[in-house]
Amino acid sequence: MNIDWYPLWNSLRIAAISCVLVFFLGIFFAYYASRLPRVIKGVLDVILTLPMVLPPTVCGYFLLLLVGVRRPLGMFLAQYGVKFVMTWYGGVLAAAVVAFPLMYRTARGAFESFDRTLAYSGQTLGLSNTYIFWRIRMPACRQGILAGTVLAFARALGEYGATSMLIGYTPGRTATISTTVYQLWRTNDEAGAFFWVLVNLAISTVVLLAVNLLEARQKKAVRA
Amino acid sequence: MSLIADIHKRLGDFRLDAEFEADEGITCLLGASGCGKSYTLKCIAGIERPDYGHIELDGVVLFDSKKHINLPPQKRRVGYLFQNYALFPNMTVRQNILCGLHRESDRTRREKRLREMLSLMQLEGLENHKPAQLSGGQQQRVALGRILVSEPRMLMLDEPFSALDAHLRDALKVELRDMLLRYGREVLMVTHSREEAYNMSSRIAVMDAGRLLDMKPTKELFADPGSIAAAVLTGCKNISGARKTGAYEVEVPAWGVRLETSMPVRDGLKAVGIRAHYFNPSARQNRYSVEYIEEMEEPFEHTLQFRYRDQSPDSEPIWWRMAKDKRPQSFPEELGIAPVNILLLYK
Repeated sequence: MNIDWYPLWNSLRIAAISCVLVFFLGIFFAYYASRLPRVIKGVLDVILTLPMVLPPTVCGYFLLLLVGVRRPLGMFLAQYGVKFVMTWYGGVLAAAVVAFPLMYRTARGAFESFDRTLAYSGQTLGLSNTYIFWRIRMPACRQGILAGTVLAFARALGEYGATSMLIGYTPGRTATISTTVYQLWRTNDEAGAFFWVLVNLAISTVVLLAVNLLEARQKKAVRA
Repeated sequence: MSLIADIHKRLGDFRLDAEFEADEGITCLLGASGCGKSYTLKCIAGIERPDYGHIELDGVVLFDSKKHINLPPQKRRVGYLFQNYALFPNMTVRQNILCGLHRESDRTRREKRLREMLSLMQLEGLENHKPAQLSGGQQQRVALGRILVSEPRMLMLDEPFSALDAHLRDALKVELRDMLLRYGREVLMVTHSREEAYNMSSRIAVMDAGRLLDMKPTKELFADPGSIAAAVLTGCKNISGARKTGAYEVEVPAWGVRLETSMPVRDGLKAVGIRAHYFNPSARQNRYSVEYIEEMEEPFEHTLQFRYRDQSPDSEPIWWRMAKDKRPQSFPEELGIAPVNILLLYK
């Protein structure tokens, strides 16, 4: 059997890159949102969480409105050779938008339950706010952050709706595992579809196992 | 060497107005929970920002609303021991204390000062423990060591004993007081416990509902609280409205008695207070007949509740407390109080 492994490689890089983006953006917005006044926070919260509750195809539609080839932003970006439509890195954009709320909400929950006196005592000891953030707040919130990252990665890996709207399915260029499964099944290649389903299952299982192992090791480290 | 604080803040319906000065030695802010004590500390530390006012430490202005000065907490060099000690849970004892030494750039000197602090705080052998593995007393010493090693210009303690088991408290009080006296600078401590305030401090500032009432040397405050709030906070059980009837005499209408005082009564008297321990069957002054209502036994004390014969029925019963071995066989029909034990309360 001659298998084209491109969808695996493409899915993994889209999920990995969008996960890194979402990691920092999610944490950034979660941190600042948890410090905002309540009203502004409520509004921002709705906007930032919308991609989670909207159908992914609707997200894809909005993305096309924004960066489509005949839209102002799309045309502007095209001048610099950046084209999100029908490219693999368009897939990164789609996956990041859809996965963002998962990271944002879990990280925000973690930050809100953070014991503020830890930050205050760091400040009175003269530690810089940057140090406090990365060395005290983040480790204290790492369970929530880790959970958010895993959820975001899993969501990005499984992204279908917005991805198919924005980058479509071109074998060897924009094909991802999820679009490939659909395409193969649609063209009656059941064996091919089933193969990619198995690949997807394997990846998801490995990710979840890794998370469980990490957590177990952390608990052990705390106890020791 | 002193702290000057003039702090005003509005938080919804609550208003905080605290104005005081503190010198070397231990000053206590004594008040009920929610009276604004901790908030005052946070304003001094720079964690909270007053609406207006002025905070100055050893001649350095930390906050001034008129001059638009508001130093960040990092620049104030004010040590703050939090109620829960706020040790960084992901760091070991050693790493926690090193956080207080981050200004020391020389590696050997940093290591030396760490060693010295570990030995001063009796934490040797616990360097690599995480805070969760330590007892409450050890946690307190780590937190204090972490602060002292950073050489703050003053030290603030927020309810330092509330996170400890009762049986640890007494031993740690003595230990902490000795350490603080050795530290030798201004210490501002917040507590709602009169025993802690009495044990630890040389001066007490009484706070009530966001207002700092007055500041007095500790023993003086307990001997003459001067205000109803201070009398309650120093543990006075019996307080009732009173008016002046003579140079050394007051009338307490609700109790139906007139009492002779040893201090001259000033105009504007609001109430009198009598501490539960100061009733005396053999005192010759201020004797009145009483009716006993209830007896309560505590581990080392007896508490009796009684009413004066002419006491108004809607007023609270009066408490008389004595050590167990002082309990009389039969209760006397009349009780007296030495005039020196009548507390005159003007606010």
